[in-house]
Amino acid sequence: MGLRDGDGGHAAGVEVTSPYLLGVVRAYDHPNTKLRAYRTDECQPWVLPVVRKVEKMIADDHSLNHEYLPILGLPEFRSSASKIALGEDSPAIKDNRVGAVQCLGGTGALKIGAEFLRRWYNGTDNTKTPVYVSAPTWENHNAVFSNAGFEDIRPYKYWDAGKRGLDLEGFLGDLESAPDHSIFVLHACAHNPTGTDPTQDQWKKIADVMKRKSLFAFFDSAYQGFASGNLDKDAWAVRYFVSQGFELFCAQSFSKNFGLYNERVGNLTVVAKDQDNLNRALSQMEKIVRITWSNPPSQGARLVAITLNTPELFAEWKDNVKTMAERVLLMRAQLKEKLKALGTPGTWEHITEQIGMFSFTGLNPKQVEYLVKEKHVYLMASGRINMCGLTTKNIDYVAESIHEAVTTVQ
Amino acid sequence: MIRRPNTLNARCCCCRASMDLLLPKDTQTYSIAVFGVQTVGCTGAVRLGAELLRSCYCSSSSWSGPILLSSPCDDSLAGTFKAAGIEDVQYYRYWDAESNGVCVENIVHDLENAPEQCVVVLFASGHRPTGAELSQEDWKRVAEVMVKRQLFPFFLIPAQGLCSGSLEQDAWPIRHCVSLGLELLCAQSFSHNFGLYGERVGHLLYVLKQNLLAVQSQAEKFVQTLWSCPPMEGARVVATVLSNPAHLVDWQESVKAIAERCMLIRERLRERLRLLGGPWHWDHIIKPGGLYCSFGLNTQQVEFLVQKKHIYLLPNGCLNVSAINSRNLDYVAESIHQALSSKL
Repeated sequence: MGLRDGDGGHAAGVEVTSPYLLGVVRAYDHPNTKLRAYRTDECQPWVLPVVRKVEKMIADDHSLNHEYLPILGLPEFRSSASKIALGEDSPAIKDNRVGAVQCLGGTGALKIGAEFLRRWYNGTDNTKTPVYVSAPTWENHNAVFSNAGFEDIRPYKYWDAGKRGLDLEGFLGDLESAPDHSIFVLHACAHNPTGTDPTQDQWKKIADVMKRKSLFAFFDSAYQGFASGNLDKDAWAVRYFVSQGFELFCAQSFSKNFGLYNERVGNLTVVAKDQDNLNRALSQMEKIVRITWSNPPSQGARLVAITLNTPELFAEWKDNVKTMAERVLLMRAQLKEKLKALGTPGTWEHITEQIGMFSFTGLNPKQVEYLVKEKHVYLMASGRINMCGLTTKNIDYVAESIHEAVTTVQ
Repeated sequence: MIRRPNTLNARCCCCRASMDLLLPKDTQTYSIAVFGVQTVGCTGAVRLGAELLRSCYCSSSSWSGPILLSSPCDDSLAGTFKAAGIEDVQYYRYWDAESNGVCVENIVHDLENAPEQCVVVLFASGHRPTGAELSQEDWKRVAEVMVKRQLFPFFLIPAQGLCSGSLEQDAWPIRHCVSLGLELLCAQSFSHNFGLYGERVGHLLYVLKQNLLAVQSQAEKFVQTLWSCPPMEGARVVATVLSNPAHLVDWQESVKAIAERCMLIRERLRERLRLLGGPWHWDHIIKPGGLYCSFGLNTQQVEFLVQKKHIYLLPNGCLNVSAINSRNLDYVAESIHQALSSKL
């Protein structure tokens, strides 16, 4: 890059990276389980009915304008989003030690949290502080923390491929051996990409070790409500940690549970030990926001705030969320049943034990390749499928294709 | 001939429209390539541009400067570059207190003495915070130095159309540099000219000679780690307007109306100040157009206006002229006169 007259040596060393796929659009009738968004049974995007309603309300309200939001975002959005995560009657909220920063989706919330931690977490230079992300994890976790300046990003054991479930022993072992004050990125629910969450008892064990070793909990909550259909159930882990006295961050995304993917509605909830520390943290975060995007976008936050703060709209939203969650749960149940009925070798309990959008099928790369090339069923090389790509019309085909892959490809 | 990338992202309509606003397809240029990335406002565009410079400029994977900003400049600009890892931030003289305007001699001198290949941040129009503009002749001199010393321009254009009333005129410095064969970055904002402040509609334009796909791929990588993808609502409005001939005409009329109102306020303000007397000259108020205007007030005078007269302006004495109207014009003029004539 830059001016090099004559030699044309422009950006000679610039590498072409492969940004991870946001979702590959394929022919509409081929099952595409690579995508990251919810789809209806007709395999179409779903604009939630409550969202359409509130969009019209906003468009018709001429008292609203397009002025800049405050740097930290729309106040009524921030507070109502935090209440969703922590619970209306959270003692931490009552103690005035909960604050939030409206961010550009879940990614933006992770970004601001990471930038703050790198500057202020434990002393003023945390570039060498280890940041642990689950093995496997969402493809972008590593890049967000690395770009924020953290130099030591490590995996913690999470997925046990053999038993197709959580490797609790490995997880606890990595927590024990982590240096004190390390940062751990935890998936609040519907772990991406495995769909495997710790049980409540397992979370308690995790929290015990983290407390003892002063490990920092940075929750990534992208699927609240979407996983089980119940907002409170999906927030249990975050609320448990708060009840145990942890200071923590929770990066919330409203992309999936509101279907507002492209409006970039996120919230970084901050739980501090007291109000003074909270205010200090927020004031530093304000400085970070100022030099990243200045102030956040208005439309999506306004929509979410109106919905969460209006009782009848809130009820309607919870219903819409339940609709999405229940369709996914139905697809899980049906896929498992069909595979069992076909006599597909192996156990398939994990399909219904896992939760949320994604499932780690356990298919190996060769079997995945077979599915993609021969059957035109699209999934990730890791064997991860997005349950939302399944419909009542294609589930038979998908089940038969998986059966073929497992029986003919080793 | 401008080559534009075939690979398009989901927000390509907004990017295309933004690119065309700056560099129309019929621009006669050397063979160059352009790509655009929709960003979260102008700040987002600057941040992304800074990340790209750090990772790619001068074939370095960790370029840390120097970058030259105008003196004065927006207080968050230096911080944005530093946050991206560009630590070496220096300044070139822009505002001249004696003449109450921009001094091109100072600019040319400072650029002549700048390290070769450094990056220079320039406001194509609508300079913040002074509102002071360079003429086209001045720009030709600046561009000549940029070519001679192999300096890389990073343009900011926060309010295209609002300064002169003409979209083309406000973008002229960028087009001129492109016609000279300069590679450059340009951060655009649609906050002011669309009034879409809170929807955060920005765009980063990159004009380069080679390695389009490699640099574009780096840009995508950085966007992933900053905000994944930009917000849609405002971009959709901008794209719809700019790609529809009838809407485009409506919009251009609105932009012209804003620019004309700002010019009218400036003229009336100058008239009031002239009538109030005193040794000061006020022609510099009407020379530039746009939202911002500098009065050459010192710190004490600014403090007087804020604390005693409740007229709020930036610490360097710059104010937003659109806040002035027929009801407060006399009060503002009298207060400025008082600030200048009292012993503070």
